Amino acid sequence: MKLSDEYEDLRKTVEAFARDVVAPVIGDYYEREEFPYDIVRQMGAMGLFGLPIPEEHGGMGGDYFALCLALEELARVDSSVSITLEAAVSLGAMPIYRFGDDDQRARWLPRLAAGEMLGAFGLTEPGGGSDVPGGMRTKAHLDGDEWVINGTKAFITNSGTDITGVVAVAAITGTTEAGRPEISTILVPSGTPGFTVSKKYSKVGWSASDTRELSFADCRVPAGNLLGERGRGYAQFLQTLDEGRIAIAALSVGLAQGCVDESLRYVRERRAFGHPIGHYQAIQFKIADMEARAHTARLAYYHAAEKMLAGEPFKKEAAIAKLVSSNAAMDNAREATQIFGGYGFMNEFPVGRFYRDAKILEIGEGTSEVQRMLIARELGLSAL
Amino acid sequence: MNIVVCVKQVPDTATERKLRSDDKTLDRDAADGVINELDEYAVEEALKLKEAHGGEAAVTVLTMGPAKATETIRKALAMGADKAVHLTDDALHGSDALSTSYAMAQALGRIGFDLVVLGSESTDARTGVLAAMLAERLGVAQLTQAKKVEVSGTSIAVERVTEYGYDKVEATLPAVVSVVEKINEPRYPSFKGIMAAKKKPVETLSVADAGIAADQVGLAGAWSEVAEFAAAPPRGAGTIVKGDGDGGTKTADFLVTKKFI
Repeated sequence: MKLSDEYEDLRKTVEAFARDVVAPVIGDYYEREEFPYDIVRQMGAMGLFGLPIPEEHGGMGGDYFALCLALEELARVDSSVSITLEAAVSLGAMPIYRFGDDDQRARWLPRLAAGEMLGAFGLTEPGGGSDVPGGMRTKAHLDGDEWVINGTKAFITNSGTDITGVVAVAAITGTTEAGRPEISTILVPSGTPGFTVSKKYSKVGWSASDTRELSFADCRVPAGNLLGERGRGYAQFLQTLDEGRIAIAALSVGLAQGCVDESLRYVRERRAFGHPIGHYQAIQFKIADMEARAHTARLAYYHAAEKMLAGEPFKKEAAIAKLVSSNAAMDNAREATQIFGGYGFMNEFPVGRFYRDAKILEIGEGTSEVQRMLIARELGLSAL
Repeated sequence: MNIVVCVKQVPDTATERKLRSDDKTLDRDAADGVINELDEYAVEEALKLKEAHGGEAAVTVLTMGPAKATETIRKALAMGADKAVHLTDDALHGSDALSTSYAMAQALGRIGFDLVVLGSESTDARTGVLAAMLAERLGVAQLTQAKKVEVSGTSIAVERVTEYGYDKVEATLPAVVSVVEKINEPRYPSFKGIMAAKKKPVETLSVADAGIAADQVGLAGAWSEVAEFAAAPPRGAGTIVKGDGDGGTKTADFLVTKKFI
């Protein structure tokens, strides 16, 4: 599969940026658990936050696949910056672009697309993840011309940085005719009274990204902050998550490939029993397997993205891409760490970071179990 | 103001670079071609000068090289240059610095310019003489090794890097300027820039189009010749200085023998 010139030029540009700007400093940010504002600013200047957003909204006029290529190249070097971009675009800006009205688009998109402001999406809750709408507790009701929101959201990426401007919050706004919870999405600007952002979580990985718990206590926003139609929240985030799976797959492929890159370098230098360790078949076979996993996972997300851009159903392909690529990332991180031996267990080596960053890929944006559920359902299997 | 940036495609320094055994020229198939690093700074400086002049300046990229060099042209256009001229012809293969400067000067004369900007050397041949040769052939001012460039009306001033600091050099346009890496921080092309680059005009010039005498370029027209070449020898084991309280002195003595101190 050959990329067109403009995709390939973008890929090379982001590859060079990741190598020259991100790689030399990200380890220190990670160690300090500090959000890399300077890197994010430069990513904004390159237009990465506007990749799939049309030019009239301040974007680059590219598409979702262009975003995926950028995510993969960043994640070859570091996942924290990649997930920051993924969440900002896929979860922050895209729902406003897709479902927002003209005023909402005009108010938020230009700065989101420029990376000057970050958006976030509040779906997961402390007691509910993939089991929406059943597990959702956050509620909102109209009081005059204002929404009043109460509830708590958990693990929300980009929600508490200095440049976070808006969080799209999914909340139960009533009961449908069928007696099920009616879910809507409401835009809550940062700093709204009643909206509290807690301190950062201490995480196993993704340590240079911003992840927080959000709480809403009689938080009031104008009725016009409703994103799209009332009661469409469930459909909105299903679409958002289907796309997001392809993006997380791209990020996972990047991590899997980064493990190959680092290992290839190391096995040529490190010597044992009289030869560089890359001389030995035990190491060669590990790296061959790692490369095969990264390659096949890449084909899976390319294919899912191709179907999505063609306007065809892509739910199954996105789930497959997410499942196999997060597996590949996890397996490659484990093997790369093994190849590096004791050094692989040191945080200062990228593979140590990759190992810590890989696990969440099997959890976030739908766990591997959820992906299998989706695939099985697409094959016509459900509770028999 | 009409600015021309000379941009060269070179083999990626991160890959193994080889010469061809048959005619002792660069094996372009053996390594990925990338934009010469210092030429990226030249493009950035040209774009900055254009931005400082509002809309009244145009930046043209001039590249001499085989068909594959279009990748490098595209990169410069994606960064923001307005158009490009690709000087490409089998007759140019094997040109040395002197014949390259002749061919480039012919092309520059045809394009027309107020200012020519280029990197102070390439990472492949590393002769570092092209700027001086171009200025001489074109009969214009030569401002090399610039770490700062200011243009005001028809006058140009640069800070020229020297061993002791820098010289301030002034001239009247037209001029040729070569830049060093201290001068700026090249921008990364945006996707919008990458998309726009595809639609920007790229004019292809043959030797005949540019009025270049074919027998004065290429291997036949080269004034210098690669007589023989060999791979760099592997690095030796190095010298270990063992110190018994006199390690510092021994190290200093060693450095003196190598004329480092």
